[in-house]
Amino acid sequence: MAANSLDPASAVLLEVRGVAKRFGTREVLRNISLTIAEGEFLTLLGESGSGKTTLLRLVAGFEEPTAGEIWMSGVRLDLLPPYQRRVNTVFQNYALFPHLSVRENVAYGLRVKKTAATEIDGRVDEALRMVKMQEFAASRPSKLSGGQQQRVALARALVNRPLLLLLDEPLSALDANLRKQMQSELKALQREMGITFLFVTHDQEEAMALSDRIALMRDGALEQVATAREIYAHPATAYTARFIGQTNLLRGEILDGMARCGAIEWPSDDPGGAAIFSLRPEAIRLASDAVALPGTARFRAALQQQFFSGASELLEVNCSGQLLRVRISARGPLSGEHEFVFSTADAVRVQE
Amino acid sequence: MYSNAYKKLVSLPPLLWVGLFLLLPYALMLAHSFWAVRDGMLVRQPDLHNYVTLFSKPVYAAVLVRTMRIAAAVTLCSLLLGYPLAYYLSFHAGAPKELLYQLVIVPLWVSYLVRGYAWKTILGSEGVLNGFFEYLHLTHEPVAFLLYSPFAVVVMLTHIYTPFVFLPIYAALEHIPRTLVEASEDLGAGAAQTFLRVILPLSIPGLLAGATFAFVLSLGDFLAPLLVGGASSTMIANVVQSLFGAAYDRPLGSAISVGLVIITVSLLVLSERLEKRWRYQ
Repeated sequence: MAANSLDPASAVLLEVRGVAKRFGTREVLRNISLTIAEGEFLTLLGESGSGKTTLLRLVAGFEEPTAGEIWMSGVRLDLLPPYQRRVNTVFQNYALFPHLSVRENVAYGLRVKKTAATEIDGRVDEALRMVKMQEFAASRPSKLSGGQQQRVALARALVNRPLLLLLDEPLSALDANLRKQMQSELKALQREMGITFLFVTHDQEEAMALSDRIALMRDGALEQVATAREIYAHPATAYTARFIGQTNLLRGEILDGMARCGAIEWPSDDPGGAAIFSLRPEAIRLASDAVALPGTARFRAALQQQFFSGASELLEVNCSGQLLRVRISARGPLSGEHEFVFSTADAVRVQE
Repeated sequence: MYSNAYKKLVSLPPLLWVGLFLLLPYALMLAHSFWAVRDGMLVRQPDLHNYVTLFSKPVYAAVLVRTMRIAAAVTLCSLLLGYPLAYYLSFHAGAPKELLYQLVIVPLWVSYLVRGYAWKTILGSEGVLNGFFEYLHLTHEPVAFLLYSPFAVVVMLTHIYTPFVFLPIYAALEHIPRTLVEASEDLGAGAAQTFLRVILPLSIPGLLAGATFAFVLSLGDFLAPLLVGGASSTMIANVVQSLFGAAYDRPLGSAISVGLVIITVSLLVLSERLEKRWRYQ
């Protein structure tokens, strides 16, 4: 399975068709349509209250859609109770059964489905080995650290061989280092097992690091659905550009084949009128570092702040009253006025 | 930080209370249980004859067994009523939950005696229930066993102690994280399996606490047998009462009380241990 591009030949696993969800008068989801391919790692990314967890709960079956349908492998999913869906969930707080040992927790799904005892043993062992928790098989969840509980929750879901695994902010309770480590383990696990992941997070870095595609949600609607690279390079809206990574939003207009944003201007053959451009900080360079190429724009700006962060540093510069962020590779303290350049192709026109 | 004098001052009233109204009476009771009454006089010569009487006369064992059977029946009936009620309220009642909860609690504010008399009018031969049966032509003469029987005692005590059983079970159920129920369903368990494998095991501490309440409170009850029980359902506390009163044999009554205290405390310790074993969070 190709990791970063959506293979058009791969079959659609899940299809969300025009789904809406209302709690009382509060509209939580509006007309969501989304497909997930088999083996894909798709992330629902959004701020809290954007509806991403509600969408996940609709797929799991904990909530019913107010309108629309959800299909999985030719089966109408939204009409089935959760226990009849071949979908398993890794909950945000893990939701391990406190009265059962690690082994019994992992065996739970197989037990309730009356799987043969010998098969249960084998599959539970395999699942525990997969998440490196064999030695804790007899422990109670309360004796485990957050990361260990996380692993057990994963094993408990995966042992059932779901067609689709739902993960509700599974890493948000872990500290930064453990989080990075679990991210890489999750990714490896997903590749290895070829199970489709639907992952919910509010952390855009996590979404970019893990996902084949990101579905960015905003106020109960899908803002943009694309691969991480696509969404970063070509954000459709100003919201997306700001939410995914850092950016400079240049507001101005296009007139007579020239884009003008404050004191910065460059030739543009886009249709005229008011325009917003997203220009990533790393797309801007110091003119002294760059070779003059066609298709570049230049501007002079005064340095206001400089933040050193190891391999790179972030400059805040003032170009005739317009504040811009510039990320350059680390090069020592700077001051005064400098000339900056960027490739006009990197100034991406976005919707409001 | 509080000064030592202040600490002593605030701990004095509770210490006095416990000392005067708990420890002293218990000590007196224990002392009495080794004494005797001869010719209507209390003789303070300690020996074990009261305990010998208790173990040698079968009547005491018989009353104790009856008392425990009634207490066990009350416990079982209260659990059968209280658990489903608590489960329904906690998991399925929805918005009217608070109101229903209050309705369960309200009877606790009504005097025990009033509720006892109410059962008398319900269960009596001229009572509501018999009138109803005759009206339906189910019976032609009053059903006698309804009142003045162990049955009546069990009915009345069940009515009184069901809220006591309900409360700890309800509290235990309310403490079960709802994501555990979702996790169970997510893993393929239907409502029945989820109840048996997750909800019931996690509510056992509450269930044990409730059962202990009902059993221990029933064990020491003497009003229900007086009001609705009759001679056939004399319980151990009635024996103690008559020994302290009409029979004027406080030492023997004290010996029975000591026995009851031992049984009760053992039950509480046992229940505490079991509850701990079933408590995970």
